[in-house]
Amino acid sequence: MTLLEVEDLTVSYRIAGGEAPAVRGVSFSLEPGSKLGVAGESGCGKSTVALALLRLLPKTARIGGTIRVDGEDVLGMRWGRLRAVRWAGASIVFQGAMHSLNAVRRVGDQIAEPILLHGTAPRAEVPERVGSLLERVGLPRWRARSYPHELSGGQRQRVMIAMALACEPKLIVADEPTTALDVMIQAQILRLIDDLVGGQGIGMLMISHDLAVLADTCDRLAVMYAGRIVEEGPAAAVVADARHPYGAALSAAFPRIGDPASRRAPRGLPGDPPDPADLPVGCSFRPRCPVAEERCAEVDPVLYPVPGGRSAACIKVRAEEPA
Amino acid sequence: MTVRLQNEGAEAAGETAAPPVLAAAGLRVAFPGRGGRGTARAVDGVDLEVGAGEIVALVGESGCGKSTLARALLGLVRPTEGRVLFSGEPLDYRSRALKRYRHRVQLVQQDPSGSLNPRHTVYEAVAEGLRIHEGATAEEERRVADALSRAGLRPPERFFTRYPHELSGGQRQRVVIAGALILDPEVIVADEPVASLDASVRGEILRLILDLRAELGLSALVVTHDLGLAWNIADRVAVMYLGRVVEVGTVEEVLSEPRHPYTRALLSVLPESDAGEPVVLAGEPPDPTRIPSGCRFHARCPVLASGEAEREGIADRCRTEDPGILPASGGDRAACHHARLHG
Repeated sequence: MTLLEVEDLTVSYRIAGGEAPAVRGVSFSLEPGSKLGVAGESGCGKSTVALALLRLLPKTARIGGTIRVDGEDVLGMRWGRLRAVRWAGASIVFQGAMHSLNAVRRVGDQIAEPILLHGTAPRAEVPERVGSLLERVGLPRWRARSYPHELSGGQRQRVMIAMALACEPKLIVADEPTTALDVMIQAQILRLIDDLVGGQGIGMLMISHDLAVLADTCDRLAVMYAGRIVEEGPAAAVVADARHPYGAALSAAFPRIGDPASRRAPRGLPGDPPDPADLPVGCSFRPRCPVAEERCAEVDPVLYPVPGGRSAACIKVRAEEPA
Repeated sequence: MTVRLQNEGAEAAGETAAPPVLAAAGLRVAFPGRGGRGTARAVDGVDLEVGAGEIVALVGESGCGKSTLARALLGLVRPTEGRVLFSGEPLDYRSRALKRYRHRVQLVQQDPSGSLNPRHTVYEAVAEGLRIHEGATAEEERRVADALSRAGLRPPERFFTRYPHELSGGQRQRVVIAGALILDPEVIVADEPVASLDASVRGEILRLILDLRAELGLSALVVTHDLGLAWNIADRVAVMYLGRVVEVGTVEEVLSEPRHPYTRALLSVLPESDAGEPVVLAGEPPDPTRIPSGCRFHARCPVLASGEAEREGIADRCRTEDPGILPASGGDRAACHHARLHG
């Protein structure tokens, strides 16, 4: 069975004088044991998608569409069932473990909390379970007695991962799991995630602004812009040969060391993403698009299929398709 | 051996013989360790030069001492030993001389949302440095406008009365850069200038730094953890580990043919690296209050751990003999016994 199915997800926030759409019709699915990356820049809606999956959004958010975890409708779930699904069915690893961990409680107690809450293990066995979780994430057992401030950024992120694994979920949502970590620590954490997720048939949705990290870690990749997925496909293909002009610009913004094309030639994208409360008419990328044409103001493109199991939301892609 | 490496960037700017604009010579900065635990040798002997019109990237992981080195070069921290040289002259730490120095060598800070006062307009933020250094001047408005347009905020008048929260991240970073440019500095020291920016904006800001060098002949020391940034804009790169520069050379040399095992490991773990099998170093960078004896990298060194150093007969030297301070120019490129065998 498909582990995660998201269909036409919409999220909007109430703001002064109206509503701002943060997510505007996002659909994707995830099979057990596979890894999907969601890339995009600040404000594109990627973290809102992550939070919506476990209904962690603030009350001011209005959610539409369907989200199914293991076939079960998350948005229609009653509170008690939702609590059971969080941690045990699906868990989330946030960015910035410093702020997600409770500063005044020992990390062992924090890892134990979801286990006790869900009764995953008998109370007497919980310390043993916490110890073995710490070992699985590469920390010594005695670290259970440490407070978050006694740990480095990388060690705190390991604790977050141990918490996420505590109730043996089938789905892990990782929101910027390595942002703000040094490259070597980032490599350690990504390798750890890969080892833990890969062997167990766990599905993972990884969200990041870093296309290069996602390309290295995930099987498939979705690129978001202004609340929509604008490109989707096998990770390596999307990075090497993006079909949407935004996907291409984002990919070019990550230099490959040794590539003469990016030596002394940083590449960016002029302009800023649109204000969600005031989206441009037609294609929302049009004002920044280097190849926009007049007709782009008339059509709001949906994801069109592209050969190779890919899709892109650009009318130029559709034009290339044989009729 | 490479003896040619020093002046490539300087030559590009049409100068060869002049002393480097900014230099560190045998620089050391030590702080009392936290909780009375000995002394933290944050910068532990560094020779480094930035030539006229040259962009040098200083790269390393958190805690390697790169920000402390930058602060020492700006005259914000006094070295415990060694000297900072500006156009060949040792830095004078008397307050008036230091103020003049900070006019010519400007800091561009990371995280523009943290370094801009939310209650100051863009105009006030950019004019602040000018007022501190030159007081109220008749041409203030013109100079603020000039600095803003050089930083790519055009037309500048449109930004005068805006507040930081009304700007995008990239625009805020440009305001911070304008605040440095208004004093017509010769050197900018930029500490992680793009770390908090989105990728598409990052490229725009880096291009601005390249344009400023081309138009104004600015020199820059860019402190970063991002090796891709060095590839994008720098002429030379210095890799720092635990208080020392362990490898230095042109960007092409260091990033395409790294010699120090630490540089090699850093490059190998970059996503989408072509550098073969990733060498993920275990553990965290050690503590500057307890710098290992011998080569400071030896406890994590893959060449020593794999037994290669043993086979080459240098393992004992790695453990006991400090490979020394790399000269700022010419000669040695990597502070490593193993690399010297193969140099």
